[in-house]
Amino acid sequence: MSNFRQKIVRLQAPVSDSDLKQLEIGDVVYFDGVIYTGREGVYRKIVDEQLTPPLDLSKTSNVNFHCSPAAAVQADGSYTVGAVTATASFRFSKWMQKWFDISGCKVVIGKGGMPVEDYSQVFVPTGAVYLTTVGYGTGALLGRGIKQVLDVHWLEELGIAQAIWVLDVAEFGPFLVESDLDGNSLFEQSNRAIDENIESLYKGLKEPALRRFGETTQRTDEVI
Amino acid sequence: MITENSIQDAALAITRQAAIRIPDDYRNGIRNIRETEQNSLSCFVLDTMIDNWDIAVADQRPMCADTGLPRYYVKFGNEVSIKGGFVALERALRRATAEATQTIPLRPNRVHPLTREDFNNNVGARAPEIEYSVEPDADWLDITTVHKGGLFGTDYRMLFPGDGWDGVKKMFLDTMIQFGRRGLACQPAIVGVGVGGSKDACMVLGKQAACLRVVGDRHPDPKIAELEDELKELGNQIGMGPMGFVGNSMVVDCHIEVAHTHTGGMPVSIHSFCLSSRRAVVRINGNGDTEFRTDPQWFTPYHRREELE
Repeated sequence: MSNFRQKIVRLQAPVSDSDLKQLEIGDVVYFDGVIYTGREGVYRKIVDEQLTPPLDLSKTSNVNFHCSPAAAVQADGSYTVGAVTATASFRFSKWMQKWFDISGCKVVIGKGGMPVEDYSQVFVPTGAVYLTTVGYGTGALLGRGIKQVLDVHWLEELGIAQAIWVLDVAEFGPFLVESDLDGNSLFEQSNRAIDENIESLYKGLKEPALRRFGETTQRTDEVI
Repeated sequence: MITENSIQDAALAITRQAAIRIPDDYRNGIRNIRETEQNSLSCFVLDTMIDNWDIAVADQRPMCADTGLPRYYVKFGNEVSIKGGFVALERALRRATAEATQTIPLRPNRVHPLTREDFNNNVGARAPEIEYSVEPDADWLDITTVHKGGLFGTDYRMLFPGDGWDGVKKMFLDTMIQFGRRGLACQPAIVGVGVGGSKDACMVLGKQAACLRVVGDRHPDPKIAELEDELKELGNQIGMGPMGFVGNSMVVDCHIEVAHTHTGGMPVSIHSFCLSSRRAVVRINGNGDTEFRTDPQWFTPYHRREELE
């Protein structure tokens, strides 16, 4: 991985299936076009409560960003968006299959990826990819890529952080391809390499006198 | 006499500064770690973060949209006098937080923990938190704001004297590895370690060690300073970089603070202050003048005193 080769890809959103085919894990992606935000507040309403989405999702875009903008509503009703940063996506795992079915989403952007089984069981059959933000604090870089707030839905009901923000973006990025159409995962690849060193780090360190109930005992496991 | 208005203006100014400008000590720490990082993906992430800091200042945007939980640390000189007293101070800090949220803007992160209700101003029950300390022979008021995320990268454990320093090392590795994968801790981080006190004091101390000391600072006790170096090196030997990619950049710096504790125990807390380590400080002098800086100077000799008097 030390000489990882990255290509830089610029995608028009909504994205076409053929555009998604060219993506390989580790590629750097920028977007032009329309994307929308949506996270647990939205999933609860649309997936759990089966409410009708307040917009035609599949016509609007097929790129769902797991984020909340640092935004404010001005006195004249307009919106100021300063920065945008993703939130950890693994927490939304349980909603993704139904969300894909309802929304037609093909690209999820977020922080840190999904559990690797989700790629093979949910993303690959859907033909969806996962892109991760970089860093993770690139709020200003991404904020610069937002040209305009096209619409905001459920602002009253969900608040600024959880509402659906429909954004017109240009050169919006960078993002890294974490999982491609085959379900390969950049994080899984990194974990495998890092795991080789784990045992030696703990050499000679004994277990503490008082143990804790735990859900994982292997240090090569992930906690997500 | 320090007025409520001057406190509110100063608090708004540091909140803006913290959100937009990465402190120099942290930026230099990342530059140094970038020099030694070999992995190209990890280097790409670090370079992107440095670009992001530049754009934040150029555009006057927050560097990270996750506001974290904005909060204040107030150190008051023993001779300070505030018009309206500490009630006026707390009111000014709450108002500044709401004003900053609207004008910068900051993401309104604070919600009721059960109903999830959001007032859209980062103010609420016990929010923003305000912690106090005191300094003798001074008539100024120091206000530090810290915006730290809080979902990952922190742990607490009751260890025992028999577990010794190895126990702390092991817990440190556990915390770095479990939250370092996929970069949940948003590393490279300033890692704060609190050792001792009671459970609650231990958590507070570790967090302050992460958030209120600057990169490069070492504990005045040479033995503790040595342990800080040891943990920093250990973290960077894991083989992990930013976002959990292969690399050698987990820990920008490590700060340990200690508090005398129960004779039978050794509580430990570990906290990671992230790639957007947001902190800014203002001193309001007795005559109303303000001076801005990024080093909280929280752990003064008086603050760390062990003596009876």
